[in-house]
Amino acid sequence: MASNTSTRWWIPLLGWLVACLLFFPIFWMFITSFKTEVAAVATPPQLFFQPTLENYVAIQERASYFTFAWNSVVISLGATILALLLAIPAAYAMSFFPTKGTKGTLLWMLSTKMLPAVGVLVPIYILARETGLLDTRIGLIIIYTLINLPIVVWMIYSFFKEVPKEILEADRMDGASTFQELRHVLLPLALPGIASTALLSIILSWNEAFWSLNLTTFDAAPLTAFIASFSSPQGLFWAKLSAASTMAIAPILIFGWVSQRQLVRGLTFGAVK
Amino acid sequence: MTSSIATPSHSPPPKTRARSHRSVPARLLVAPSVIALVLWMVVPLAMAIWFAFQRYNLLIPDNREFVGFANFAYILTDPALWISIGITLVLVVSVLAITIGLGTLCAVLFNQDFAGRGIARVLAISPFFVMPTVSALIWKNMLMHPVNGLFAQITRGLGLGAIDWFADFPLLAIIIIVSWEWMPFALLILLTAIQSLDADQMEAARMDGASATQLFRFVVLPHLSRAIAVVAMIETIFFLTIFAEIFVTTGGGPGLATTNLAYYIYLKALLEFDVGGASAGGLIAVVLANIVAIFLMRSVARNLDT
Repeated sequence: MASNTSTRWWIPLLGWLVACLLFFPIFWMFITSFKTEVAAVATPPQLFFQPTLENYVAIQERASYFTFAWNSVVISLGATILALLLAIPAAYAMSFFPTKGTKGTLLWMLSTKMLPAVGVLVPIYILARETGLLDTRIGLIIIYTLINLPIVVWMIYSFFKEVPKEILEADRMDGASTFQELRHVLLPLALPGIASTALLSIILSWNEAFWSLNLTTFDAAPLTAFIASFSSPQGLFWAKLSAASTMAIAPILIFGWVSQRQLVRGLTFGAVK
Repeated sequence: MTSSIATPSHSPPPKTRARSHRSVPARLLVAPSVIALVLWMVVPLAMAIWFAFQRYNLLIPDNREFVGFANFAYILTDPALWISIGITLVLVVSVLAITIGLGTLCAVLFNQDFAGRGIARVLAISPFFVMPTVSALIWKNMLMHPVNGLFAQITRGLGLGAIDWFADFPLLAIIIIVSWEWMPFALLILLTAIQSLDADQMEAARMDGASATQLFRFVVLPHLSRAIAVVAMIETIFFLTIFAEIFVTTGGGPGLATTNLAYYIYLKALLEFDVGGASAGGLIAVVLANIVAIFLMRSVARNLDT
């Protein structure tokens, strides 16, 4: 299919048209972030204008922006590290020392993803309140770890499966311990896979907007909740909203671009490679 | 001393025997993940079931007692629940149709060779990586706003007047936003699947004189069928609980026009603080999701052996 050397002229045209249409809202937000609030709502809409950084300055000056951004960073990194620490040993055991129960365990782990968040909203809310984890970063880290754990286990499992067993066996003959084997042989070999798993976990945690909206108010509120606070007011705030949004999505957009191919595996639980 | 020199020749057998016992520590390595997930599944679900049979409002916590099936009776006779289930189904089905239909066509398009295809592809999948609150607010304010939104400006410029999306077509507006977010997901997955299509097979079919439509219908589509099924099921799991997009745009309104099951339970739980009713509603959502989950699990399980 890729070898299809099509000379039909409309294919590039259509391809670029679709790409530009899909990307347009993001592009428009990006452009708007450099306009003044007046220019942002001008009629007719302006494509060419005197760019300004005042919105970015205004957002930075509201010190609270950094509180939210920092919460996003801590929560998504924390949840990702915790998930990797739990998942790597599990994936290692399941891919190299499978038992009769391994397949069942993997599927069962996946099935925990099917529990709709809203079904346990009340119990989780009450649990978080009782344990003092409501509106704390730890609370969200724990929840995101558990949400992403099945995907992380599956993805690392699938990467470990691709490591030739002979390499590990040779190493074992040299008397390496389990830990040494994991640390010095397997992890370096599977590092690209683990990196893209970590990226997927960061992307999913960063963008998660059910628990963050329901379990945080201010102290632990990440960027998803900060942006949501722009939803109510009327008036001239679009340029600032655009600047805040641009900063909120930029790192994740880049992560997504970098790892798009590997993400498919994690997103479909290995069903599509 | 001499014995220590003699032992190396004997050492391999005990070592391999030691290795064969590794399934015991292997189980220990899996245990933390399994225990964490068991707790995550069982504790909240058990609590939800427990609460669902109680009259329990967080605002009047002392007035708490066992009420049997009263919460279910109350919630199942609440017209708002059935409206919200209907809206959930409309949302799920229409967004599925749009994302998979367009996603398949776009996957075929982006599989063609053309100048700058890599960049075009990256642009096309970008919406999937935008956080839902940002997506929803871009569309609400900058595109669909009835006065200053780009759509309104364009249609007014053409002398057509402006559409007040969130007042007149609120559900359609939500459908458009969610489709924009998830079409790139379908595109990304289906494009990956299409690329595993055997080039020789395509060439052979073309040699036999198959037209482009026939190629799509009889070669590409059957090849994609399983990937499409996987996309449909994963999307369904997410679409059953669309929340952030509704939260920041319509707040479930006007009236109940965009209140899906997730939003209905949220209203019951965190605005009315009706723990019992919200838990009963939550269990209904769990049952709905499980029906989908069974099909997804079957499909994934089939793939695990290959």
